[in-house]
Amino acid sequence: MTALLEMRNITKTFPGVKALDNVSLSVREGEIHAICGENGAGKSTLMKVLSGVYPTGSYDGEIHYDGGTAAFRGIRDSEDRGIIIIHQELALVPLLSIAENIFLGNECAKGGVIDWPETFRLTEGLLAKVGLREAPGTKVDSLGVGKQQLVEIAKALSKNVRLLILDEPTAALSESDSQALLELLLELKAQGVTSIIISHKLNEVRRVADSVTVIRDGATISTIDARGGDLTEDRIVRDMVGRDMAHRYPERERRAGETMFELKNWNVWHPEHADRQVIEDLSMNVRAGEVVGIAGLMGSGRTELAMSVFGRSYGRKISGQVLLRGQRADVSTVDRAIGAGLAYVTEDRKTLGLILEETIRRNTVLANLGAVARRGVVDESRETEVAEDYRRTLRIRTPSVFQKVMNLSGGNQQKVVLAKWLFTEPDVLILDEPTRGIDVGAKYEIYSIINELSAAGKAVIMISSEMPELLGMCDRIYVMNEGSFVGELTADEASQEAIMSLIVRE
Amino acid sequence: MEQTEQASTGIGIGAYIAKHIREYGLLFALIAIMLFFQIVTGGVLLRPVNITNLFLQNSYIIIMALGMLMVIVAGHIDLSVGSVMGFVGALAAVMIVRWDLPVFVAMIACLACGAAIGAAQGYFVAYWKIPSFIVTLAGMLVFRGLSLWLLAGQSVGPFPPSFQSLANGFIPDLFGVGKPNVLALAVGVVTVLILLWLGLRTRARNARYGIEDEPFGLFVLRNAIVAAALLFVTWKLAWFRGLPNVMLSMVILTVVYVFITERTTLGRRVYAVGGNAKAAKLSGIRTERLTFLTFVNMGFLAALGGLVYAARLNTATPKAGFAVELDVIAAVFIGGASMAGGSGKIVGAVVGAFIMGVMNNGMSILGIGIDYQQVIKGLVLLAAVFFDVYNKNKEA
Repeated sequence: MTALLEMRNITKTFPGVKALDNVSLSVREGEIHAICGENGAGKSTLMKVLSGVYPTGSYDGEIHYDGGTAAFRGIRDSEDRGIIIIHQELALVPLLSIAENIFLGNECAKGGVIDWPETFRLTEGLLAKVGLREAPGTKVDSLGVGKQQLVEIAKALSKNVRLLILDEPTAALSESDSQALLELLLELKAQGVTSIIISHKLNEVRRVADSVTVIRDGATISTIDARGGDLTEDRIVRDMVGRDMAHRYPERERRAGETMFELKNWNVWHPEHADRQVIEDLSMNVRAGEVVGIAGLMGSGRTELAMSVFGRSYGRKISGQVLLRGQRADVSTVDRAIGAGLAYVTEDRKTLGLILEETIRRNTVLANLGAVARRGVVDESRETEVAEDYRRTLRIRTPSVFQKVMNLSGGNQQKVVLAKWLFTEPDVLILDEPTRGIDVGAKYEIYSIINELSAAGKAVIMISSEMPELLGMCDRIYVMNEGSFVGELTADEASQEAIMSLIVRE
Repeated sequence: MEQTEQASTGIGIGAYIAKHIREYGLLFALIAIMLFFQIVTGGVLLRPVNITNLFLQNSYIIIMALGMLMVIVAGHIDLSVGSVMGFVGALAAVMIVRWDLPVFVAMIACLACGAAIGAAQGYFVAYWKIPSFIVTLAGMLVFRGLSLWLLAGQSVGPFPPSFQSLANGFIPDLFGVGKPNVLALAVGVVTVLILLWLGLRTRARNARYGIEDEPFGLFVLRNAIVAAALLFVTWKLAWFRGLPNVMLSMVILTVVYVFITERTTLGRRVYAVGGNAKAAKLSGIRTERLTFLTFVNMGFLAALGGLVYAARLNTATPKAGFAVELDVIAAVFIGGASMAGGSGKIVGAVVGAFIMGVMNNGMSILGIGIDYQQVIKGLVLLAAVFFDVYNKNKEA
């Protein structure tokens, strides 16, 4: 097979930073090529060079594509040559239909008048190709993330894609949606579409990739060919972090104390559809020093459960009891829940967890501002000391706590969210997807922090879509499906198969 | 730690200004505009009587800009302030002139009425989530209509002298000299010393925590300019009639609101709500209550503005406060606040109001028609915000 794409010695500098240093990438025609690397390694920058977001001339090096040199001045240029990027944050217009989204900017029109029958006919064909059974007129905002991802791919197919680039395509997807997406990639490959996939999920990479390029600190570390047989997760991790990571989950001494948190007969109804019950008669308990996982597919109600407990931030007609150390607790508003000793680290740190325009310092004290104030006046020295403390203990990588959090990497932002909640001195921490979208090294650090918390006698509830993470971290796992728990497994009983079979059995 | 120290010491004056171009730009713009009008008006702008007028004419805009800044930081807008101001002025006239109520009682009632109006609008915005643009647009129409009704379409006045002194009075010279007014000079000198002390204290604290601070040369230069301007203004005022009452209340209010926005938990939380309401709410902040309070505060300050305005004109007219909301909002945006909420400073809003005020005053002295004045003010607003956006894009 010949190379469809050859990027040679790409160097891209930003003021003061060399983002890419002599990176080379070679993608064969018809293969699935994975790019792995920690956050900030330069993967996205490389893809932006490729797609023309950084126009020709703003970087050094050459790009050979499809038998010629490529000098893209913008995304339109690269799209014309069949290079399509699907970004991590999906770029669909929520209030438009699937068909309108697919042909947005590329409408089937004669003289500016849209030919709707033709549009719908073409859309149906594309949807069949990606295996999405939805009417072309369905509004995108009524679809789940997994289906939206498929719409993005259908949109790429409509543009006669030759090289499909997917940036973290499964980061927000459930296990089954991820599987479906990977199947689709393999199918597209069979039809001759070449793909580049950027992913943190190494088991997926191993499953679909024909070769893997690892990038670290803006340089190519290795290109591994799957056909050679030496494509193992350990090998990739070693190249990514530059050291051997024998243990992906830090060791923890398991020791559970008294029952700290209890939920009894919890019921929640949907905030808009009054007849839809989201959480049904659910009960659970967590002991001090215990890490308890909640497994389940996207949409099983895990986040809704957590948010309804945390100050009724979700849902209506909530009934049931919350007990802390055996006492009934008032968690009816967020500040009461915080006062009672609850903390909820959201799955969506950018829109629900942080004030991006504010500094690390201000974000750190936000949920417990009273503790650094006297009679309503903020003591800024005390505030700075607190933020500095957490910067050190959580190893937040930043020049100073006066940086805006939007300038931090995902892993460091997540640490700021954790710092905010640790400063409220909670007894019970609910962590919703605590390692989503952060790199391997930072994940390990977050796991270590979780272990320290449980060692300090906190009760930790961990919601995650990544089953290996739950298996590696939790003492006990509740399996959730359609608003109720369908099983409870101890660490010894739990396995991916056991969890999946509980979900599927329902 | 090493990085921190590097950041705090290794930056030049030029680089620092470039990084903080917005703050310095605003100050320089005000100075440039004043110099420009000083020259083209042949020195009239900075005559003692005109400096006094500048304060008297703009006081109500500045007072309302303080409240508007908080509303805008919280992520909202209040279009009704001009009408509310006119309505409260009318209410004061009816109470004092027609009903002969004591001035003090009428003033308290008017301020309470303003706060109640703010509360009513804030209620719909905060608890019913109706966009503030719509709620206050409704308020703008309602209170414009009510003030017409209250005054039956006529001007009501004049006010007793005790009420007029709210706007037109001067603080007597406690030292008894009169000309120059020693009190005014003393206030100028003391203010400069306090500002210097505060600035040095902040520098010391920044140094302790390794926060990047402005280079010392720039600190000296900036303070020298501010001190010179303050001393100049108080010197001029001292040779006219001393410190206007309204200037004193304006300065006190400004200091209070700087303190509230920068140092209190309340202020911090307003910024948090404007920066990311959902995140603030999930951090235990009662976002609805805060939004409600910013509108109550705005109503109160609009009422105060209305009283000052009526006192200055010595009459309440149905036209009072017409289109004033636009000047107030423009002042806040010229001062660097963001439409999206979460950012903006009290000092910026006050300087923004002065920029508008100096332009109004200067153009009036020059005899430029109201038509051109509007055009020029509009372009200045656009230029200021464009400058903001341009700098932000350059950063990114």
